[in-house]
Amino acid sequence: MVETLLQGVLLGSLYALFALGLSLMFGVMRLTNVAHGDLVVLGAFAAIAIATVLPWHPLAIGAALLVPGFGFGYALQRYLLNGTLGKDPLPSMVVTFGLSIVIQNALLQLFSADPRSLDAGALGIDSVQIGAGIALGTLPLLILIISLACTAALQLLFDRTALGRAFRAVSDDREIAELMGLDASKIYALATAIACALITLAGVLQGMRTTVSPSDGPLLLLFAFEAVIIGGMGSFWGTFVGALILGVVQQIGFHFDPGWGIWFGHLVFLAVLVVRPRGLFPRTH
Amino acid sequence: MNTILSLRPEHSAAIPPSVSIGAPANPAARHMAWVATGGAIALAASLPWWGESSWMREFVEIACYLIFAMMWNLLAGYGGMVSIGQQAFFGIGGYAMLALGNLAGVNPFIAVPLGAIAAGVIAVPVSWVAFRLQGGYFAIGTWVIAEVFRLSFANLSVVGGGSGTSLTALRGISKATREGITYWTALACVVASIALVYLFLRSKRGLALLAIRDSEVAAESQGIDVRGMKLAVYVVAAIGAALAGALYFLGNLRISPDAAFSVNWTAFAIFMVVIGGIGRIEGPIVGAIMFWTLNKLFSDYGTWYLLGLGLMAIIVTIFFKQGLWGWAQQRYGWTLFPTQRRLGK
Repeated sequence: MVETLLQGVLLGSLYALFALGLSLMFGVMRLTNVAHGDLVVLGAFAAIAIATVLPWHPLAIGAALLVPGFGFGYALQRYLLNGTLGKDPLPSMVVTFGLSIVIQNALLQLFSADPRSLDAGALGIDSVQIGAGIALGTLPLLILIISLACTAALQLLFDRTALGRAFRAVSDDREIAELMGLDASKIYALATAIACALITLAGVLQGMRTTVSPSDGPLLLLFAFEAVIIGGMGSFWGTFVGALILGVVQQIGFHFDPGWGIWFGHLVFLAVLVVRPRGLFPRTH
Repeated sequence: MNTILSLRPEHSAAIPPSVSIGAPANPAARHMAWVATGGAIALAASLPWWGESSWMREFVEIACYLIFAMMWNLLAGYGGMVSIGQQAFFGIGGYAMLALGNLAGVNPFIAVPLGAIAAGVIAVPVSWVAFRLQGGYFAIGTWVIAEVFRLSFANLSVVGGGSGTSLTALRGISKATREGITYWTALACVVASIALVYLFLRSKRGLALLAIRDSEVAAESQGIDVRGMKLAVYVVAAIGAALAGALYFLGNLRISPDAAFSVNWTAFAIFMVVIGGIGRIEGPIVGAIMFWTLNKLFSDYGTWYLLGLGLMAIIVTIFFKQGLWGWAQQRYGWTLFPTQRRLGK
């Protein structure tokens, strides 16, 4: 049982990386990015494509991809998504939904439907012995550390820096923030850029830990979304804990029957929604 | 707007402007339109006697797309509830029809409307969960709910589990009879759905719905029961989506959880509505015909075809905000189903 819980926490920490970007984009501009999961898969496939050409370790490829990921996110928001924002959530949803279909089918065309993974070498096999007969993989532990660091960094950025203050300002009232001299379209672009850098990192780690295939995106979007809602909106630590809860719940489900893990996770998410519609750890400004 | 009104005192509140629906009344033209509609339906109904069976199959397919897209349009375009989870009701309609036919011995053609009603009943408790979320999060939340139904049906061995099952209740009925009755059922469903949505939108409740779409707060302050209205629209849209699903699997004769609860159904509905123009009855009709045509011409290209659909949805959303039909309507002043209200003098 202890092992199931620990495995769940490790799984959840990867979900937290998926969820942080979604939480950031929704928090700053109320944008629901339906292509979120597909962008994670795109990040993984970018790394897989590079790994066939360059003999680098996947972690080095992941680090190198952060900059293009950031740039991609900036351009995506600046030149495509900003024009769809407004009171009506429909245009941005249709555009990101369209983007999701484009990414899925482009990847399918380029890489076929086969699941692929990134070879993490010794890192993928090593494990750490803790206590009585329980061994945890080194890679999942590394993902937990990266995920903790990203959550802490994002929360600090949001709470303590000038950029974070700008994020909160445009989130509270775009028009007043613009009167104060902020350029909302650039701030939105920076938020999506940071989200996409996180998404790329999450995709590479997902590709190292397990396999990815072009049609995986929607499921990853749902996991990220569930983590955000379970945790409660407005706080990245809430999202992180929400993701851990989702990971643990799924792992418990998998323990009973491999076919039930995801189903059980969905049910717990819906239960939280009914009992605590604002999530377990809501924080409003 | 306010400044213009204040400059023209004859438009003061003392003289309430009369509200008329749609285009200026022209009795002769309207009469012609009704005759033409009746004639078209009669002609369509006689198709089994002179048409080919492949035409009937094609029609049933278009009918399913059309009804499903129309109900998504009602939900999102008029009710303001953008959902990515309507495939939940599509699948429930299909499975309810099949279970009633195979397990309870109900005639499958009668099971089609019964399955739709079953989905309407299920939609009520589902709304308690879904309505906890708003905007974009409502959309993804409904998607999760649809996934719960998919995974649940995949674990129900009585309807074949993950690999699905066949509609065995139609065994013993000749192919010609089956195709003919399926076609008539589809035609009746299409006519009923269009009439239902059209009459609903022209009714007082339809006006309330438009008020809610424009501003929930303002509508509520005018005494409109916003929650009740939204629930009513959600249930009607669920019934319609289930009708499309029941019809589709009646024509298809085979169901599986992955086919019945596929997110592609909603993706296609969004595509049709956005191409045709959201928030207008003609939108899904134009969209469904365009989608079907594109499907016939290009679906052999597989991934490239889907990629093109995704790109087209993006381009139309950005450059033709009213959809292609809405664009034409604005440019040429066409209208088939007048539901907008104009202030008279």
